[in-house]
Amino acid sequence: MEQTAERKKLAHVSSSPHFRTPVTTRRLMLDVVIAMIPALLWGVYHFGFYALVVTIATVAACVISEYVYERCMKLPITIDDGSAVVTGMILALNMPPQIPLFIPVLGGVFAIIVVKQLYGGLGQNFMNPALAARCFLMISFAKPMTDFTMPGAVDAVSSATPLAVMKAGESVSLTDLFIGNISGTIGEVSALALLLGAAYLLARKVISIRIPGMYILTFVVFMLVFSGHGLDPYYLACQVCGGGLIFGAFFMATDYVTGPLTPAGQMVYGVILGVLTGIFRVFGASAEGVSYAIILSNILCPLIEKYTVPTAFGKGRYVELTKKLLVENKDTKHVAKEGR
Amino acid sequence: MSKYLERIWNGIIKENPTFVIMLGMCPTLATTTSASNGFGMGLATTAVLVFSNLVISALRNIIPDKVRIPAYIVVIASLVTIVQLLMQAYVQGLYNTLGIYIPLIVVNCIIMGRAEAYAAKHSPLLSMFDGIGMGLGFTLALTIIGFCRELIGAGSVFGYEIIPADFHVSIFVMAPGAFFVLAVLTALQNKLKAPSATNLSEEERNARKKQGQKTGCDGNCQNCMLHAEEIAANVAKRAEEVKKS
Repeated sequence: MEQTAERKKLAHVSSSPHFRTPVTTRRLMLDVVIAMIPALLWGVYHFGFYALVVTIATVAACVISEYVYERCMKLPITIDDGSAVVTGMILALNMPPQIPLFIPVLGGVFAIIVVKQLYGGLGQNFMNPALAARCFLMISFAKPMTDFTMPGAVDAVSSATPLAVMKAGESVSLTDLFIGNISGTIGEVSALALLLGAAYLLARKVISIRIPGMYILTFVVFMLVFSGHGLDPYYLACQVCGGGLIFGAFFMATDYVTGPLTPAGQMVYGVILGVLTGIFRVFGASAEGVSYAIILSNILCPLIEKYTVPTAFGKGRYVELTKKLLVENKDTKHVAKEGR
Repeated sequence: MSKYLERIWNGIIKENPTFVIMLGMCPTLATTTSASNGFGMGLATTAVLVFSNLVISALRNIIPDKVRIPAYIVVIASLVTIVQLLMQAYVQGLYNTLGIYIPLIVVNCIIMGRAEAYAAKHSPLLSMFDGIGMGLGFTLALTIIGFCRELIGAGSVFGYEIIPADFHVSIFVMAPGAFFVLAVLTALQNKLKAPSATNLSEEERNARKKQGQKTGCDGNCQNCMLHAEEIAANVAKRAEEVKKS
């Protein structure tokens, strides 16, 4: 034993990587949390203090369930990497502001334990945990999850989201949409706050523009063709700013774990997302379709990656061509020999 | 334990058709929206299973080997028709809720599986007890799944509501809920190590380990990986044998 230890010290040749990047999971997750803070602040300002309570409860539910699960299964405790915090925040920002607290808490437990940990923890889940939990809650608690009552309103009249208003054929104010003076879930209402966070993520190079860019572009083109409104910039802008499109495109579709990693794959992924969202919004029964579009595309992700693997150095088209020629030559020689 | 009781124990616990052998998944997932539905489906299947095992076992020396599957299906389908008509006559409500799944008992893997694996090789009485055991195991599993789904999804137990409507997690009475509950219950079964075909008991495993034998599935996937080379070698050997012959 001693000898081997000595030898290791003398000539320690480890396999690659020899250089390590300072970017850690923790750093990335912290950036995402920072980027979501403007949207959260706006949500709290716009909907009241209860929105903050919902967010804290959801984050706590996620972190605690991750801790308890890993403790019970005797796994390394990974709550300090911040991924559970991000899941909790995304889930909370997807909640309507008047939600009874037990619903987001249940969603947080579901996201972490069923969607993330049962598949092997961070990096192994095939679906975005927060979005899967949101869909779980949408199906389970349809009524409270779609109750976008504006808190503080005198009569507490339930108000429709801008997308629902547009679906009904009426028009909405783009300025209100952009700033976030509308009803909706806690985090999705203010396009401005979300874009601020997105700009931060892009500047920090946490995300690339490929997925969100292609997503929104495809969506706009799809709406241009199929929405029946034609080239109406005002309507298109409202469709982009309303609902969860911007939040989904920059914060949820760009999840490393559940999205493709290859550059070409990311473009394809964005296109699929855009088309699916368009289909759900135009032809679907409900006004919104971002979350279902994203989890459906999550499932397609391995297939996309399979067909978009970039060519490695030394394995290009010409190398293949040369190989093919060599093989053909061999074959002809072979045939010639046999013929003789 | 007498060999007849052993059959029943085997069907309910050791080789439970749902949680251990994983047969008959279609009715398991589709008809367990409530405990009473699961119970009804389980009993209907049990009735068919008991008599199909009895009849097939009695005819096992007459049925030619080459056409045994069509022969089994004729027997099973006749029994299912009888059960279906009886249910339509006497338990109309259950008949309406189960709908298409009653005629589908014909293609239930448990019934075909037991006919092929057991009834075709054993005496009628023993086969009948095997049918009773398997049927009760199936009924028990379906009732438990239905109970969990009904309790969480609709807040009621055998139709009596005990949880207020605001707290119903209604996804559990829909299709995904069936998968959740089945997965969790199967995992629990595996965790509790009920001795079964795939789950050796602690002593058996230790004895095998001592002799350096494979220990079967002990819930540790690495165990299989340790034998991966051996398995690959066996597969290659077998392939060569096939090639030669």
